[in-house]
Amino acid sequence: MIWQLDLLILTLVVICGIGAIMVRDLLGAAILFGAYSFMMCLLWAIMGAVDVAFTEASVGAGVSTVFFVSAVYHTTRRTKD
Amino acid sequence: MEDILRLIIEKYNYWIYITLMMIGLYAIIAKNNLVKKIVGMNILQTAVILFFVSIGVKRGATVPIIEHAHDGAHHAIRAAEYINPLPHVLMLTAIVVSVATLGVALVIAIKTYQRFLTLEEDEILKQIREP
Amino acid sequence: MKILGLVIVALVGSVLIYATVDFPPFADPESPASLHVSPRYIEKSLDETAVPNVVTAVLADYRSFDTMFETTVIFAAGVACFLLLRIPRRRPPGPRHFRHRLTGLTFRVKDGENGKEIFLPLREFEPVDSVWTPHDFIIEKVCRYMIPFIQLFGLYVIAHGHHSPGGGFQGGVILGAAIILLSVSHNLRTALKRMREKTGALCSALGVFIFAGTGALCLALGYNYLDYRALAALLPGGPIMARSHGMLLVEIGVGVAVMGTMVWIFKNLASLGRYDEGL
Repeated sequence: MIWQLDLLILTLVVICGIGAIMVRDLLGAAILFGAYSFMMCLLWAIMGAVDVAFTEASVGAGVSTVFFVSAVYHTTRRTKD
Repeated sequence: MEDILRLIIEKYNYWIYITLMMIGLYAIIAKNNLVKKIVGMNILQTAVILFFVSIGVKRGATVPIIEHAHDGAHHAIRAAEYINPLPHVLMLTAIVVSVATLGVALVIAIKTYQRFLTLEEDEILKQIREP
Repeated sequence: MKILGLVIVALVGSVLIYATVDFPPFADPESPASLHVSPRYIEKSLDETAVPNVVTAVLADYRSFDTMFETTVIFAAGVACFLLLRIPRRRPPGPRHFRHRLTGLTFRVKDGENGKEIFLPLREFEPVDSVWTPHDFIIEKVCRYMIPFIQLFGLYVIAHGHHSPGGGFQGGVILGAAIILLSVSHNLRTALKRMREKTGALCSALGVFIFAGTGALCLALGYNYLDYRALAALLPGGPIMARSHGMLLVEIGVGVAVMGTMVWIFKNLASLGRYDEGL
């Protein structure tokens, strides 16, 4: 485990997480959540949890982003906070 | 002072999981939009998964796939050489279940939107109070 | 509400920080979690089950009850989405759109007398979505050539999950994502032509049935539920290889269930339960 890489990706994870709940556009929130999931997947690959990283890459970054986008497509992009 | 610094450096992964958990919990409690709440719920779930995976990490160990020859012969296996696989197993199923619950949560949000034509919690509550 | 939320979050955070101070340091090989149960799995699983990937061995053999009910939870989530969203009416009343296959012209067709639907001959016209009709040649062709390889990779991940990272959950999600990609790159109708609504639901139930059926087969052969050594009577290779083969059966069940459920939930979400047009 390379701790410099680990720290860099941990910082990116926190930034993406804060961005996903702060951005005033639900489509942007969905895409930032996808980026957050992918960073999380990289983090688990670094920690040696290859199976968990594989699942997160296909589920979190792939399918759940599609679910969010299709839900936003049928409702609205606007949000007050 | 030196003790606190060592504590922070020694457990840096745990501090990040606490930060993510607080972000997720704040989104669930304080955000007004239903989809934002669902994003917060997912961040909370991944924070718990990060915590479990961090428990299993061992310094100087490799991924939990055991080295072996083609016919299945292998050297003596020492547990300290492989990362703890048990948290990985528990969290693997949790991730897939989290996407299934995400689907149900989004469906409920869509049904709410169809009924009230808004995703904001305060406007929904106002419509319920004044029919 | 914001201030109350911040107070609660600060309280929870301070409790967590207080608890973390007593934790062993990160990545400590001597931490209690790494000394108690997992060494047994790491040292014995290759000899007992002939599966080098410890995660797969624990997931599908030692803790297979856990996995079986997780699969049931996924199936239940698919059923919940279906029951909440699916509506019997196929489309709202109003004009529909058709594209002429040869010339690419789009026609807007109103309902006839008494609200009767008018259909153009499907050999010459294809129905298109009324809201959003992407017709991007490059995206359609590239996705059409990518999808078979994605599906092949999904099958590889399921079948090779014993020796490399992977298994039923990942392979099932990849297989489902291939169908979702078809739906996103073309439209929902094309995906429904390849995999009908009933197929997704049946796959979802069939996967849980394969999992539970493997367990019941072991029970019928005189062993405990989900004790794959019983399969040695049916499959070659003795009781240790039978455990490996039993895991493969169970992983196939998990993969089929996850693929069906992902596609099922996506189609319900994307078309609001109408199954005609959508994302």
